[in-house]
Amino acid sequence: MPLEFEKPIEELEAKIAELEGFAASSGVDLSDELQVLRERLAQLKAETFSNLSRWERVQLARAPGRPTTLDVIGSIMSDFVELSGDRTFGDDAAVVGGLARLEGQSVVVVGHQKGRDTKENIRRNFAMPHPEGYRKAMRLMDLADRFGRPFIAFIDTPGAYPGISAEERGQAWVIAQSIQRMARLRVPAIAVILGEGGSGGALAIGVGNRVLILENAWYSVISPESCAAILWRDAKEAAKAAEALKLTAPDLLSLGIVDRIIPEPDGGAHRNPAAAMAGIRQALLETLAELAHLGPEELFEDRYRRFRGLGQYQN
Amino acid sequence: MALERLFRRRRAQGEARDIPELWTKCPKCDAQIYKKDLETNLYVCPKCSHHLRMPADRRVAMLADAGSFEEITGLKPTDPLGFVDTEPYPKRLERYQREAGRPDAIVGGRCTIGGVPSVLLVMDYAFAGGSMGSVVGEEITRGVEQAAQEGRAVVIVAVSGGARMQEAALSLMQMAKTTLALDRLWARRLPYVSILTDPTTGGVTASFAALADVILAEPGALIGFAGPRVIKQTIRQDLPEGFQRSEFLLKHGMVDQVVDRRQLKGTVAQVLKLLHPSTVNRVG
Ligand SMILES: [Zn+2]
Repeated sequence: MPLEFEKPIEELEAKIAELEGFAASSGVDLSDELQVLRERLAQLKAETFSNLSRWERVQLARAPGRPTTLDVIGSIMSDFVELSGDRTFGDDAAVVGGLARLEGQSVVVVGHQKGRDTKENIRRNFAMPHPEGYRKAMRLMDLADRFGRPFIAFIDTPGAYPGISAEERGQAWVIAQSIQRMARLRVPAIAVILGEGGSGGALAIGVGNRVLILENAWYSVISPESCAAILWRDAKEAAKAAEALKLTAPDLLSLGIVDRIIPEPDGGAHRNPAAAMAGIRQALLETLAELAHLGPEELFEDRYRRFRGLGQYQN
Repeated sequence: MALERLFRRRRAQGEARDIPELWTKCPKCDAQIYKKDLETNLYVCPKCSHHLRMPADRRVAMLADAGSFEEITGLKPTDPLGFVDTEPYPKRLERYQREAGRPDAIVGGRCTIGGVPSVLLVMDYAFAGGSMGSVVGEEITRGVEQAAQEGRAVVIVAVSGGARMQEAALSLMQMAKTTLALDRLWARRLPYVSILTDPTTGGVTASFAALADVILAEPGALIGFAGPRVIKQTIRQDLPEGFQRSEFLLKHGMVDQVVDRRQLKGTVAQVLKLLHPSTVNRVG
């Protein structure tokens, strides 16, 4: 299912494919017509994708087929050993993680996990973790520290799950603890916002020495829909809320909230996942190299300074 | 008639300062309470012990030793995103500042509590529902860092509807910033007591408020991550009686004690005296 603003592009692509098929099977020369259509397609793509509104980017961040945490791990890492459970209550499928190798370096990796279809999404609770998910993440942070391995976190959640059992088991407490645990890592920590960065549930694994973001991902204190429901009293005003929240990668870079934007292929990562993966891999390798000269205490102080400076006020 | 309507509207807006309202009604038991009595009783209903919301200044007066409080807060908010919803953020800020009589949703300072040198930080619900933006985050961080430098304990009274939407991701970052600051206290073994009051939700609960050495809650306070309305919309079920109230949190192991406000100062002072490094353990 194409997104609303992708429809004209998909229609034109279909028309071109149809004409190409016809030309091939009938032997009629349509190369002039096809040339015109291909130029129009290129122009349409350029217009659409260079002027994406913030709300359109939010839709790209949620697009079906966009690379998930497990897709990225599977594509750019090797020797992945998934580790499960929080050793206290259960295993939360909304958060995945384990050991892996990135270009020869052994790393500990964790991330929110969306489903690739409805059935998997239900099993993974649409990547909205319960406290068990964050306790699993903290357990993996312990592991990273104990073995001196870099810690890599992939963020892609609409938010921590707002439910009765999550509250009973201390959702606020585990998010706070996970922020604190990640802040205290004495190994390089990198967070990559892949798709959705929904509030505290995202930040819980977002306290990196560097925070990277895919070009069309979003990160904010609240989703545009919830913000619209509160401030405009109408969730349908989400597009306005998205504008006001300044939640896109370029916005966040200018506020100092993220350090680097990972470019996506034209039209978003879901249109060419392999190209997106290559960008993620390169950005991770360069960032790891950048942090490699810092010792354990320096890494902690670097993280302290990074977050200490965020906020704007007047004396 | 028209005049009366105008008058009533003004009163509803809380502008009729010239007509002192001497009485107030307990929202729990409906008892008519003489306002002076309510203040003397620390905003606890004398009939049913319901804890009404207490102004931030009164909390400072209640917790700090008499005459010891020296304010360290006073930063002013800005509009970093140029945020406009149904009205521009700077307009809202002006109104909040008028209503609360302070630049943002927090007041804090150096003081002693039960003789223990402390930094006391009190959030103010009267300012934007105690929401946390850059100023609240920075004041908490500075207060904690100052306490660490000067060897003081930290006491934070939390009251908050959550993070401030108008500062968006910058508000979110305050959760990380305040949490990181607490490490400075750990390094110096300085105690931190968190007091959760009605309501404490969202980003404040999910950062510094939940990370204290000792966490106390006032009776009947709403405390949680997600607000009850959001949860109800998500799960499409009614919420159980007492859900997300202090007593529920005590039962689920999230807070150390539920303490009546009239005993709060005593309990806080006792904890600080037991943990602060100036109170050296004597053996034998
Ligand atoms: Zn009463």
